[in-house]
Amino acid sequence: MNIHEYSAKELFAKFKIPIQNEIVCSTPEEVAAAADKIGLPVVVKAQVLTGGRGKAGGVKFTKTKNEAIEAANNILGMKIKNLIVKKVLVCEAAAIAKEYYVGMVNDRNTKSVLLMLSAEGGVEIEEVAKTYPEKIIKISVNPQTGLLPFQAREALFNIMTDGNEVRQAADILVKLYSLYVHSDCSLAEINPLVVDKSGKVIALDAKINFDDNALYRHKAFEELADYTEDEKLEIDAKEKGLAYVKLDGEIGCMVNGAGLAMTTMDVINLYGGTPANFLDIGGSSNPQKVIHAMEFLLNDKNVKGVMINIFGGITRCDDVARGLIEAFSKMNVNVPVVIRLSGTNAAEGRELLKGNDKLMPAETMSEAAQKIIAAIK
Amino acid sequence: MSILINKNTKLIVQGITGRDGSFHTGKMNEYGTQVVAGISPGKEGTNVNGIPVYNTVAKAVKETGANTSIVFVPAQFAADAVAEASEAGIELVICISEGIPTLDIIKIIPILEKNGTKMIGPNCPGLISPGKSMVGILPVNIFKEGHVGLISRSGTLTYEMVDQLTAKGIGQSTCIGIGGDPIIGLHYKELLTMFENDDETKAIVLCGEIGGDAEEQAAAFIKENITKPVVAFIAGQSAPPGKRMGHAGALIISGSGTAAEKIKAFEAAGVKVAKEPSEMPVLIAEALKQ
Repeated sequence: MNIHEYSAKELFAKFKIPIQNEIVCSTPEEVAAAADKIGLPVVVKAQVLTGGRGKAGGVKFTKTKNEAIEAANNILGMKIKNLIVKKVLVCEAAAIAKEYYVGMVNDRNTKSVLLMLSAEGGVEIEEVAKTYPEKIIKISVNPQTGLLPFQAREALFNIMTDGNEVRQAADILVKLYSLYVHSDCSLAEINPLVVDKSGKVIALDAKINFDDNALYRHKAFEELADYTEDEKLEIDAKEKGLAYVKLDGEIGCMVNGAGLAMTTMDVINLYGGTPANFLDIGGSSNPQKVIHAMEFLLNDKNVKGVMINIFGGITRCDDVARGLIEAFSKMNVNVPVVIRLSGTNAAEGRELLKGNDKLMPAETMSEAAQKIIAAIK
Repeated sequence: MSILINKNTKLIVQGITGRDGSFHTGKMNEYGTQVVAGISPGKEGTNVNGIPVYNTVAKAVKETGANTSIVFVPAQFAADAVAEASEAGIELVICISEGIPTLDIIKIIPILEKNGTKMIGPNCPGLISPGKSMVGILPVNIFKEGHVGLISRSGTLTYEMVDQLTAKGIGQSTCIGIGGDPIIGLHYKELLTMFENDDETKAIVLCGEIGGDAEEQAAAFIKENITKPVVAFIAGQSAPPGKRMGHAGALIISGSGTAAEKIKAFEAAGVKVAKEPSEMPVLIAEALKQ
């Protein structure tokens, strides 16, 4: 789960990581009041859950109250990468002397929390990683001790020279690590971490992702979520025991298992069709789950046909077939449906489906993909 | 031969009294796996289908000589269960549980390293050495004894591949589902090395998916270290960036971790890549002929 900059900074404040004076606003009037309270000049920043705000015109430096109001009028309601800006953050304008990047992430390779530092602050770190990987300092944190201050200092001296700055930044890193593990993050970034003209080190931006698997430990984070319509569908599906991701193609897919579900989408693509979704129904033949899954597929107006791809492992295909027959008898389905059953008791399963005019059988995944593509033409 | 598990594997089941734990214990037992004990704190002295239950892994190991454990306990308690097995001297832990917080796994990695414990998973279907032993939740009837080693990040995709191989008369030495989480135990490199050193294995199937760069690393590793033929498959070629595809680890971040990059890396390393699962037996049959 991702959260907005202003929510991330509220967490920063809780962990005593220095941030600027700032106020989150939803209307131009609130922005005007915020500018008065903070004192001009101020920066008005779009709050959206994507990168590249600056490039899209979502961050404006304003010297007068009128400029701040104008910026708010322009930014509120604008679309950045298809996301509508509903809130802006009004911040004190910092007198920036230097900019750095600091971040932490759950790293697959070192199997640890990896601290990353770079002297190239303010730019997208992925860009730096691709062009100058040697410019990123990486430190694997021992989970049993946590990030120790000397390790933070040692790492920081690679990108900073001033002892006073390093001491402040090391303190920030130790606090950020503490926030990271206490909140079960999967990513935490300060980009940029700045030194202002008075020599003070401050977090100018904040990005935090939480580990979805650990959200059960942090019920309070639920209210920080700002899901898109598509994400709301995904969460609704999850509550029904399904893993669903909406795409923009025409063929709805229902599959058991994540790897096979991805492969089904790929095979549809390979034969010239377009998948409308990823959908993993897990390992059960429960008719209710099939009904829920079909509802997701049929609620998508782009879906012109459905491909069901089931590999019967522990769950036997004849049980799956019975579940499907029961589910389809209760539903009004008016698009073609191709079903492929394979694995344990596949022949028995296919036998049961014979004569069912709603379900076209197929023996292999490739055949099923070709059949459904032909059927919707 | 086969790798990791064989007829001498002595297994304990952590979470044996749960629904999944007891069901799959029955299946493993039926297949001939030696299940010597179950663990369920507070239920020592009872038994599940004749298998004795202990309060702690330490005691079960002491009394039964178990060397392998399978973990079915709920996600909140699963990392703790893996650590308990490691501290009790278990050599190989298979963690089936799905949905474990990543930091819980990160926290126990140093314990596994200190004890030299091998972990498979989490969020995996387990492994099988056909005809010898099965430790997991795999449907045993689709497997056949033979000479192909298989490593996969996904469960049902593994079954699909195996089913295709078996249908063409191609059997398997050991098949391992390594798990769909971002941070997992044994990975491609370690398992490829084990297959390279296993006399019974003549060719290797590697089923990867989007997310991370483990496949790219495996490709470079194969080029330098593996002499046996490897055929790869990558799931998620049509997956959009920024979306988690069912598995916690199957996620394209900022344009990296894509299927296209992985396929390119394998091809550059001279590893053949199947376009769809039905091509796998064809490519493996060719590889076995050489």
